[in-house]
Amino acid sequence: MAQTLLQVEDLHTQFFTSRGVVRAVDGVTLHIDAGETLGIVGESGCGKTITALSILRLVPDPGRIVSGRILFRGNDVVKMDDEEIRDFRGNDVAMIFQDPMTSLNPVTKIGPQIEESMTAHNRFTPVLAKTRVIELLTRVRVPSAERRARDYPHQFSGGMRQRAMIAMGLSNEPELLIADEPTTALDVTVQAQIIQLMKQLNRELGTAMMLITHNMALVASLCQRVVVMYAGRVVEEGPVEQIFRSPQHPYTWSLLRSVPRVDEARKERLVSIKGLPPDLSNPPPGCKFHPRCPFVVERCKVEEPPLGEVDVEQVARCWVLMRNVSELDIAAAKTSALSVDAARKLKAPVSEVGGAPTS
Amino acid sequence: MAVTAGRPNRGALLPARVSALTGSRAGSLTIFIVRRVLWMIPIIFFVILITFLLMHLAPGSPWDKDGGRQLSQVVRDNLNAKYGLNKPELQQFMLYLWNAIHFDFGLSYQYSGKSVVKLIAEGWPYTMTLGVLAFLLIVPVGVGLGVLAALRQNSRVDYITMGFATFAASFPNFVIGALMVVFLSVLMAKWTQRAFFLPAADFGLDDHLIMPVITLSLLPIAYTARLTRASTLDTIRQDFIRTAWAKGLSERLVVVRHILKNSLIPVVTTLGPTFAFLVTGSIIVETIFNIPGIGRAFVTAVSSRDYPMILGTTVLFSVIIAVANLVVDVLYVFIDPRVRLT
Amino acid sequence: MAIPVAVEQAIDWEIGEQQIGLWRDAWQRFRRNRLALLGGALVLILVVVAFLSPLLVHFGIIINPTTQEVEHIEVGPGMFRHVLGTDQLGRDTLSRLMFGSRISLSVGILVQGIILPIGLAIGLTAGYFGGRIDNLLMRFTDIWYAFPDLIFVLVLVSVFGPSLLSIFGAIALVNWVGLARLVRGQVLSIKEKEFIEAARSSGSAPFKLIVKHLLPNSLGPIIVTLTFGIPQAIFLEAVLSFLGVGIQPPTPTWGQMVFDGYEAIYANPTSVVFPALAIGFTLLAFSFIGDGLRDALDPRMRR
Repeated sequence: MAQTLLQVEDLHTQFFTSRGVVRAVDGVTLHIDAGETLGIVGESGCGKTITALSILRLVPDPGRIVSGRILFRGNDVVKMDDEEIRDFRGNDVAMIFQDPMTSLNPVTKIGPQIEESMTAHNRFTPVLAKTRVIELLTRVRVPSAERRARDYPHQFSGGMRQRAMIAMGLSNEPELLIADEPTTALDVTVQAQIIQLMKQLNRELGTAMMLITHNMALVASLCQRVVVMYAGRVVEEGPVEQIFRSPQHPYTWSLLRSVPRVDEARKERLVSIKGLPPDLSNPPPGCKFHPRCPFVVERCKVEEPPLGEVDVEQVARCWVLMRNVSELDIAAAKTSALSVDAARKLKAPVSEVGGAPTS
Repeated sequence: MAVTAGRPNRGALLPARVSALTGSRAGSLTIFIVRRVLWMIPIIFFVILITFLLMHLAPGSPWDKDGGRQLSQVVRDNLNAKYGLNKPELQQFMLYLWNAIHFDFGLSYQYSGKSVVKLIAEGWPYTMTLGVLAFLLIVPVGVGLGVLAALRQNSRVDYITMGFATFAASFPNFVIGALMVVFLSVLMAKWTQRAFFLPAADFGLDDHLIMPVITLSLLPIAYTARLTRASTLDTIRQDFIRTAWAKGLSERLVVVRHILKNSLIPVVTTLGPTFAFLVTGSIIVETIFNIPGIGRAFVTAVSSRDYPMILGTTVLFSVIIAVANLVVDVLYVFIDPRVRLT
Repeated sequence: MAIPVAVEQAIDWEIGEQQIGLWRDAWQRFRRNRLALLGGALVLILVVVAFLSPLLVHFGIIINPTTQEVEHIEVGPGMFRHVLGTDQLGRDTLSRLMFGSRISLSVGILVQGIILPIGLAIGLTAGYFGGRIDNLLMRFTDIWYAFPDLIFVLVLVSVFGPSLLSIFGAIALVNWVGLARLVRGQVLSIKEKEFIEAARSSGSAPFKLIVKHLLPNSLGPIIVTLTFGIPQAIFLEAVLSFLGVGIQPPTPTWGQMVFDGYEAIYANPTSVVFPALAIGFTLLAFSFIGDGLRDALDPRMRR
């Protein structure tokens, strides 16, 4: 049995703004085992980034972790004192962020930025750290690492900056690396390179990884398990293959529908999810997805479903479940996703190209 | 207080091609400095020109006494000859320039025969002392208060320091100076039967310096503090600060190496105007506290129409300010690696 | 030409609609700023005082500020007829303070009236013509910028004598650069907009169009700049009076009063305090108003 590295139990993180309390993370439970790669997917605002920030206790003002436990190897992160949390960050668990240009100190050279991560935790002496920086940069495939370590972030290209960030994240050999949308800010070609790199590193180092993204294709290539979040809650969870093959929650289904697939018949078009993400300070009653769900029934509007087991190691939070939905309804759902204009333009019954959900 | 928006784009007239020749940043840095220094020359020239023109456009002549008996024509003619005022304007100007380059700014009208250079040299040490001390006070206090207010945003410390800054920024030098003298010298003396008071006149390298230096520094401290606070608050919100925390760095490291290293950069650019302010401020402060520096000499020159003295000190002030701005610009290039030197 | 006229008309209508709403909006925001309101109240009081003081003297409610009462020299505050005391020539402090406000306010405000056309003209010229003229004018302002303001004013006043005209002129000449730069920036950004391109491509020189657009867009920042210019001007005038080269006696100014009070500081310490506080609080008041205006007329004002 794989040992559980990180266990998040019923986490609630809320933002206390002048316009009300925003329940960004509304009871999230998940776990990551040693060495595995977990994907966390959902559209913008669903709480995935805040969950990650909560794990490191980096929730910005006016947010706060209100309740729940975050157990890393048995220690509750929420209850750690200042010294313990400093020890924990960048050492046991490291995080890399979305936009490497703004996430790096613009007036310090790259080398020292990576070094300071190592020397701050007293894991390496300054001299050793310097050598290791070059090792790390080489490992993440930054050419001429020694010279490059003396450059400033603005002298790096986007892809190289992200590599440098990855190097920084891995510098203290953390057991878990959290990557928040690591490829979103990059060019498509560079994205592919970074994904390759991450796969390789995962193989070589065996570091567990939490990959946060709205890009299902990324999940497919890198992750073993995936957690789908919506409106601050987990709505589906399970092994990647299973989820992709038979998603049970309508939201997951819609997400997958909107990913272009090479193996699909040409006639199949993409479906966009109509409607907007919910207002987290004033969420809808019942199932939070019901206003946008193509398969909604009366019960959904009133009562929120619990996470129920739908298959081996797969859970979903839905009263209906995709396997109970008829083919006719599915076909109807694809057409109804169209706006009136588009339907007229395309002369139905094909669906409108939607692309990835709004990021 | 001309601390207005929009810094002049100096050096833009000179060709940029030169910097393309030198590959390294050190090379282009030298070129940059040279260009800036060269740019100072036309500015100083124009300052001299304009001041000179103004002197000579003035109605009346410098020998008109304010009220009372006027000098006789013979005396006037002699005076004019003595000071070269009977030559054609252009010639006077050229002559002035020539002399100026040789650091000869003519003879003062007030103190007959005494050269302007000598008068300036006499006042220099006093003004220097004041200026340097004020500067040494402004930078740590101004920046310190600003950082403190930013790090403890919306706390009492923040409100108090920023409130103080707003007040200090609105009350002019001489107002604050006068109020300080009243309360700390006169009234304190009266109330404590002369047991405690801060001296308010003349100069001495002791507690005589306290009030003038504070009066001079108050306004720059105020706006430095405000700017530092704004810049620091801005920096704190940046993504890379979050990265720094995520690396598990201590608060001290995050504040110094990440926050301050970035937020103090814009503050450096205010050092130039601060210097200019110290120069003009010294005029007022020296008058209030009766300090025999260049500032006070300037004021007496103005009220007695001592044109050579006025010209000389104006040129001096402008040069000081231009040099200060140059130093600040160069410093800025040093500390911000993102600046391109084209 | 049909095209530019149509473009002009369409945009005209657009501006009118939007602007009224924005001004009302700004007024609301301004009203919520307590400091700004405080400042406004103080300035209002000053204006009233400035207007009423000659009347008050006429009706004998306060003493003429130039009357010297030899038997009441350097009296402290609290006396019946001299509520705030007298100065070294026996002149009543309170009435001098009140009359001083006339000078301070008029210098502060009227100088802006001089700065406005100069700044507008130069800014417009630089922005509209661009190229060499712009360059030249900007170099010109650079040189102007190199002159520290106080020194320049002092030099001008020394040359032309401390008359009302020369003081007004000198202060205006020192402070127009900021406004010119602002206007130039606005013109440049308007020039970038598409309808200008359209107008230009159909052959007309879009000067009128630019000016028409300049007004609504930059009115906000211009007002803020001028408002901040008022305390600057008051300050310069006060310094001049303080140094003895400003507006000459017997006209009372606050700067003079500080100087006089300073001379008598040991005999009558409070005589310096009143004018000093008057200057300070007036400048503070205008600063608060300026801040309030700036916040109220924020980017939301501009399209």
